[in-house]
Amino acid sequence: MNNDLIGKHNFPIFEKYKDLVYLDSSATQQKPQRVIDAVTRYYSELNANPLRGLYELSVKATDAYEGARESVRRFICAQSTKEIVFTRNASESLNLIAYSWGQANITQGDEILVCISEHHSNLLPWQVLAKQKGAVLKFLECDKSGLYTAKALEKALTPRTKVFAIAQISNIFGRLNPIKEFAEIAHKNGTLIVCDAAQSAAHIPIDVQKLGVDFLAFSGHKMLAPMGIGVLYARQDLLEKMPPFLYGGEMIEYVTREGATYAELPHKFEAGTVNAGGAVGLAAAIDYISQLGFEAVQKREDELTALAFEQMKEIAHINIIGAEDAAEHHGIITFTVDDVHPHDIAAIFDADGIAIRAGHHCAQPLHEYLEIPSSARMSLAFYNDETDIARFIATLKTIRRRMGYDS
Amino acid sequence: MTADSFYGEVLADHNLHPLHKHELECATHCCKGLNPTCGDNIELNLDIRGGVITDGSFTGIGCAVSQASADIMLELIIGKTPDEAKHIAALFRKMIAGEASDEEIDELEEAGALQSISKMPARVKCALLSWNTLEKLIDEK
Ligand SMILES: Cc1ncc(COP(=O)(O)O)c(C=O)c1O
Repeated sequence: MNNDLIGKHNFPIFEKYKDLVYLDSSATQQKPQRVIDAVTRYYSELNANPLRGLYELSVKATDAYEGARESVRRFICAQSTKEIVFTRNASESLNLIAYSWGQANITQGDEILVCISEHHSNLLPWQVLAKQKGAVLKFLECDKSGLYTAKALEKALTPRTKVFAIAQISNIFGRLNPIKEFAEIAHKNGTLIVCDAAQSAAHIPIDVQKLGVDFLAFSGHKMLAPMGIGVLYARQDLLEKMPPFLYGGEMIEYVTREGATYAELPHKFEAGTVNAGGAVGLAAAIDYISQLGFEAVQKREDELTALAFEQMKEIAHINIIGAEDAAEHHGIITFTVDDVHPHDIAAIFDADGIAIRAGHHCAQPLHEYLEIPSSARMSLAFYNDETDIARFIATLKTIRRRMGYDS
Repeated sequence: MTADSFYGEVLADHNLHPLHKHELECATHCCKGLNPTCGDNIELNLDIRGGVITDGSFTGIGCAVSQASADIMLELIIGKTPDEAKHIAALFRKMIAGEASDEEIDELEEAGALQSISKMPARVKCALLSWNTLEKLIDEK
């Protein structure tokens, strides 16, 4: 564990904006200098088109890119680098599953089960697939605290349920879902499980083998890495049978006028020139998190979450969405303020130099289910500190007054 | 009204105590508007008789900027002809784009209180929601 990595001084954006209180890390995290340096180093010292050139620099670029794949494999404990496909982000990974696996495996009358709190990225690809194939899209519902139960899942699964899509941590509730248990239940039913780890990858250690998931998706930019690099994990036997998602260069073995045979895994799913700089940045981010240690990350994030949560509970007219226990929130606190629209909440925070999110957070069906039009969300990371929380709370207390209400 | 009202008194007042936020039984025209980025929506009702907007109202969900903007808009257009209303809408649009002259802003009366929105790009859609809906209603009339 390297404690020096925890502070804001590692992040140049906080040097530039000394008074910025950044509480929108669930949307995207800030980038440490080390990650920025790794990307710069790739482009200044290693850049060539990976996997193509037969010269030294291209070999170096290939090594950097494939080395990053190995880092990701270790990070999520996959069996083989063949199971690690680089994409642009979690959304692309989830789309890839729905198009490639879905087109080949879903037929009329099949059922697709999706959690009601899913991000649109883990909902729309399934909704479209269901429409195209005449399949039925079903929703698993949680209680007001964001809790999904094994019992409800067992009840929702039918002999026709081919796939179950669930986020490991919801971007609204911040609640950690029991993926391992749910995977067992799904598998007993012959159902595959797709896990959206976009909100969890930065906060908790992931072991795809222990979890027993068939597919898992996440984005680099939500875990210190650059935008434009994401990961799809899929079990090798599944990937082998799946048709390519995009066609083009670098994903073929042999092409004739009539047809083609496709490259080995995982290249079959990576058509065209890849984002090697992004992959190298992601590897540096993984390195950063590994050196810091998930234990330290979680301890710090839990402390800060609890600090904010306990004070928020004491303020009149503030309603926290989800569990009543701070420990269930994993750095995400979604809330409403009586009579004040979330846009106005965010505007007031912005005026005080505090960045939070407002809206439906790409989870409209959930907001409908909770019967609220929209909400505000503060989300933190290990690099936040007590001053950030104090300023957040101070502004939160003034909101109703500044909107013209008494207190 | 408290002194440090975030959007200023005019906006706060129209948001807290809108004059025109209610149903309108006698409406001859109705149009719905949606701000897809935030899910906010408005239903605009106008009573247009003898070529004049004789009454109007709105319902729906929105932030203070969109609510106040809708209320002020109705305040301005009731008693006007649809063409005059469109002229005011064009001026309002110009103000939000930061391109209106002082005289034009004067002509917008209370709506001038929304002038500062031109410096808040994230809120332009909120301010324009009711005006977009008004233009759509008149064009489709
Ligand atoms: C739970 C969840 N899934 C998926 C996504 C989509 O991530 P990206 O926009 O990086 O593809 C997000 C991002 O907001 C998310 O919170």
